[in-house]
Amino acid sequence: MANAIEVDGVSKIFRLYQEKYTSLKERVIKAGKIPYQEFWALKDININVEEGTSIGLLGHNGSGKSTLLKCIAGIIQPTKGEIRVKGRVSAMLEVGAGFHPELSGRDNIFLSATLLGVPVKEIAARFDDIVEFSELGAFIDNQVKHYSTGMYARLGFAVAVNVDPDVLLVDEVLAVGDENFQRKCIERIRLFQKEGRTIVFVSHSPELVRATCEEAYVLDHGSVVGAGDPGSAIAVLRESLQAGAQVGGARISDPDKVEEPKAEKVPNVELVSIRAVSASEERPDHIFPHDPLKVEVGYHARSPQPGTSVAIQLFSPQKEVIFAANTREMGIEGFDLDSDGVVEINFEDLALLDGIYGVAVTLLDSGGNPISWLEDRAAFQVVNPSRVSGMVALNFSINSYSVPHIAN
Amino acid sequence: MLDWQSAQEDGGEALTQRVSRDRLQVVSSKVSVWTRLLRIWTYRALLLSLVRKELSVKYKNSILGFAWSMLNPALTLIVYYVVFQLVLKNGIPQFAIFLLCGLVIWNFFSTALSGATTSVVANAGIVKKVSFPREVLPLASVGSSLVFFFLQVIVLVIALIIARDLPAFTYLPLIVPALVDLVLLAAAFSVFLSAVNVYFRDTQHLLEIVLMAWFWGTPVVYAYQTIAVPLAHRHIGWIYLLNPVTAVVLTFQRALYAKVSPVLATGSVMKILPGNSPVWYLAQLAIVFVVSCVLLVIALAIFGRMEGNFAEEL
Repeated sequence: MANAIEVDGVSKIFRLYQEKYTSLKERVIKAGKIPYQEFWALKDININVEEGTSIGLLGHNGSGKSTLLKCIAGIIQPTKGEIRVKGRVSAMLEVGAGFHPELSGRDNIFLSATLLGVPVKEIAARFDDIVEFSELGAFIDNQVKHYSTGMYARLGFAVAVNVDPDVLLVDEVLAVGDENFQRKCIERIRLFQKEGRTIVFVSHSPELVRATCEEAYVLDHGSVVGAGDPGSAIAVLRESLQAGAQVGGARISDPDKVEEPKAEKVPNVELVSIRAVSASEERPDHIFPHDPLKVEVGYHARSPQPGTSVAIQLFSPQKEVIFAANTREMGIEGFDLDSDGVVEINFEDLALLDGIYGVAVTLLDSGGNPISWLEDRAAFQVVNPSRVSGMVALNFSINSYSVPHIAN
Repeated sequence: MLDWQSAQEDGGEALTQRVSRDRLQVVSSKVSVWTRLLRIWTYRALLLSLVRKELSVKYKNSILGFAWSMLNPALTLIVYYVVFQLVLKNGIPQFAIFLLCGLVIWNFFSTALSGATTSVVANAGIVKKVSFPREVLPLASVGSSLVFFFLQVIVLVIALIIARDLPAFTYLPLIVPALVDLVLLAAAFSVFLSAVNVYFRDTQHLLEIVLMAWFWGTPVVYAYQTIAVPLAHRHIGWIYLLNPVTAVVLTFQRALYAKVSPVLATGSVMKILPGNSPVWYLAQLAIVFVVSCVLLVIALAIFGRMEGNFAEEL
């Protein structure tokens, strides 16, 4: 398949001035010797995104993920390298960017859509869809300055998704709006994926990336440090986060120093194996709904680790978290781990229907910091012999009775 | 019958979609002026909606609204008429008309430039968040000034009708190339200034002063010949025509005001405009045209160089 986005050897250097000299006088006086530091926001990035795939860009603050997205969107130009994007791009870096407060919602739809490069004819054809999606109804003819934040965000999102993009660039915009609206946005993004559009997601939330993307890239100090399926990319991200926490403030000022402590850091306890199996005596090979399930996690502790708590997550086939528990948060006393052993998590009644479900387990130290985790290594399949369908196995009964017709 | 029609429509839509789908956008620090021009052209709808926005926002919440853009030159006209014809008496007959011919040009030029200079900075919000050819911002300022220009031309035509003056019909067609020159020239300066102002915010203040000096260096309030004749005696008459706006203003005055060297009531002859043939005027306009085109290409190239860091500088 052809590539929708080709990022070819892209670097971006920002100049960090101690002070900003924006007046002519200051520039003339300080001509040529304005002190600045060069800051490599992006270092030789090469990413190809196939048409119709969704990728996530992960990384902590200042890792360059938003800069890369802005480069792909064409808002800033890379210092070196080239980016080729095929088709119509719609970037949602900020919902409602380009709205003018004095204009009505109607006028702003046209203004904002032409800003995204959509011909007026096409906007007119989509106008009703946009208004419907935004749920603004009659308010569409009011000035935007009278809108609430939620209305503003809805209109902005409605325009961005209705310009019929081939490539959609999304940066944390889903953080705005109420839950209802967020769900609607995610539904729309899912629809886009089904229609074979390309999506690039920038997010702080690994869960969102896991749930929506097929591939993820982890950025750290402007370089790609991890790539692959979201599960393994998230593992890389967590590792680099942990390394960052160790070094503290040093990492921002001097990126070269980070590498060493990262290698030195060896967790005291490591998870070495994980499996999810049927705990039923009748059917050790199959798991039916309401069967017991056992998750066995093998660990190796180099020295005693008291007060360890366990967090477990179950994922739906769509990679959404369907269950999460953390013994620490539940107030269960921590376990004392030493040498080698197994942590066993038993689900007595697995109320799930057909599908392959993923398991992730994390060990946390007594302070609640993650020490070791395993994910995307274990899965179990639920086979459903009954005639019901869906995801959750609910017990129910059904009966019918007649009610005597009440006269008068 | 109905099916055939809808099939036809579907086909048409699919075709237009394919055209936009094949668009390849290249983000790089090296993009040619020609590619930039093409990109501006594909965003012409944005240019129109930005012009529309500026027009509808400018007089929002004011009672007279658009009337202001016509009232403004009309009131200026009265002030200048009182000062120069009744108080200071500069002797130019039908001074109001003469003045307005130059003033509409100058108003267009100066509002376009001062609006454009701040356009990129003022739209920092979208420049930082949306990708589009940024040249559209200063060009939109030229566009909205052009609309106001035509409103002011209406005032001029009304003034001509009131004065029962006839324009010089042989020179009238020259107005078209003059306008083309004027728009190109304003576009070149607008694009350049908008980019420079991002880096040096002094530009907008400096421009006010430069525009004031430039205004008095253009024959709007006084007659061209008042300056040109003494200069010609020293054989440096060409200096005055270095100002590219002069040729445009002269063409307007020649075509609409039409009095080259009228005989005054005192019997003396007053030299106002060059008495040359339409060909001379056309030649002047041709020179300005070439100069404007060159300036526009240079401005676009400079803008392209500077644009890369807009989002960071703002």
